[in-house]
Amino acid sequence: MSRGDGRDGNGPDENGRKGRGLRILLPLLLAVLVLGSWEGLVRWRQIPVFVLPPPSLILRALVGDAGTLGASLWLTLTITLQAFALAVVSGVALAVLFSQSRSLAAALYPYAVILQVTPVVAIAPLVIIWVGYERVDLALLILAWIVAFFPILSNTSLGLSAVDPNLRDLFRLYGASRRQMLLRLQLPSALPYLLAGMKVSAGLALIGAVVAEFVAGSGTASGLAWRIVESGNRLNIPRMFAALALLAGLGVLLFAMLSWLQARLLNRWHESGLDR
Amino acid sequence: MRYSAGNGRGADAEAGTAALAGIDLRVARGEFLSLLGPSGCGKSTLLRLVAGLLAPTSGRLSWAAAPAPGGIGFVFQEPTLMPWARVAENVRLPLDLAGVPRAEAAARAAALLEQVGLADFARAYPRELSGGMRMRAALARALVTGPQVLLLDEPFAALDEITRFRLNDDLLDLWRQTGFTALFVTHSVFESVYLSSRIAVLGPRPGRMVAERVVDLPWPRTAALRTSPSFNAVVREVSGLLASAMGEGERTA
Repeated sequence: MSRGDGRDGNGPDENGRKGRGLRILLPLLLAVLVLGSWEGLVRWRQIPVFVLPPPSLILRALVGDAGTLGASLWLTLTITLQAFALAVVSGVALAVLFSQSRSLAAALYPYAVILQVTPVVAIAPLVIIWVGYERVDLALLILAWIVAFFPILSNTSLGLSAVDPNLRDLFRLYGASRRQMLLRLQLPSALPYLLAGMKVSAGLALIGAVVAEFVAGSGTASGLAWRIVESGNRLNIPRMFAALALLAGLGVLLFAMLSWLQARLLNRWHESGLDR
Repeated sequence: MRYSAGNGRGADAEAGTAALAGIDLRVARGEFLSLLGPSGCGKSTLLRLVAGLLAPTSGRLSWAAAPAPGGIGFVFQEPTLMPWARVAENVRLPLDLAGVPRAEAAARAAALLEQVGLADFARAYPRELSGGMRMRAALARALVTGPQVLLLDEPFAALDEITRFRLNDDLLDLWRQTGFTALFVTHSVFESVYLSSRIAVLGPRPGRMVAERVVDLPWPRTAALRTSPSFNAVVREVSGLLASAMGEGERTA
């Protein structure tokens, strides 16, 4: 049965395509407009480069420093992705563990909360000292993981317990084991919650990686955050903007990838997957 | 073979109030028994006790022959399908949970889907089906293990009348073909008279049995029966029983 045969009929599908087109076209149009007037304003008012560089200069910095910036981008990207993957695995594992043992959940959950509410900037120096400056990448990974971990844990926990009570009864009626209950009922029920958590978590992993690098300071790491600090110190503002643009692009890319994954996994069955 | 649900007195585990008191009900094999009563009379609790989803706080539930695993099918008020699984996977679930080999389970599920008229929708997701079709899928799932007893908890209450009538007929067909014992909870007098070989009328707070009526209308039941004088006579009588169960006496009869 194709989606067109569903209760939506054919009309909304066409509207959906049109809506998607608009959703890409409109922000692009706005970007052109804003960048154009930015360029014009800077040239017309002759604003100094170290206050506000024109977009053309930022683009030139992006191309000219492609080697350094690319390496930095790669470092920040790998740390973010590693921390994110670690957060998903550990968050889901802990949530499953919590769902199996109420006393374990009661014992550990407060500490997960403490880890979450303590600002990562405040923990960063300690973690860096413990890990050692020579392995600062590991410190960045740990710090990014700490911030990315909690949304996965809390969302998955919520999802695992938000099972349709009638379905639970049905599974009990047919003598489902704990394992069957978990794999066939609780985890699928938790999937939409997990995916929502992953969207938040990926953004936080990036933030964590950047903040940790700021704290780690000079010369130890060379991710995008450090490029921003360094360019600022040298008043190389175009490069600063270039690094900033790359960071924003990275964040958008992560978000888009997870939105795609969410739509792909849920579109056949979950309300959030409906075209609207 | 006979089994009796003797004097089952169950308690609502959550609220801690006695949901049932003084119910002595014997159910014969192969009969279609409706439990008719207003909301709050413990019909659903009784069904859950029989299903083993609740344990009685006092009283006793006894079987002439204890049902094997999968010997009881349950149809809930909502279709209660897994939204992430295709219709065929939903129907197959009881067999999968019991560890039945995949091929055999798939064949059984396909046969049941054919029987409820959903063969073309085996690969659809529940969201893509209408309310009536979802309920058919739930029926197929409940029957896939070949149960001796089918428990139905107001399964058609949320459907429109046309769909409900059609599903009534389909349910009776399935009952005649497979010969399960049906325990059907409803608050519709018409539905209970149309479907049942016997009706037990329950009164509310705490749930207790008020009256019993054997429905001796001819089989098979058809649409023509719904407007016949004999059908209406039984409906009038059962309505009277229900009214007195609710403490209104002869006024409505």
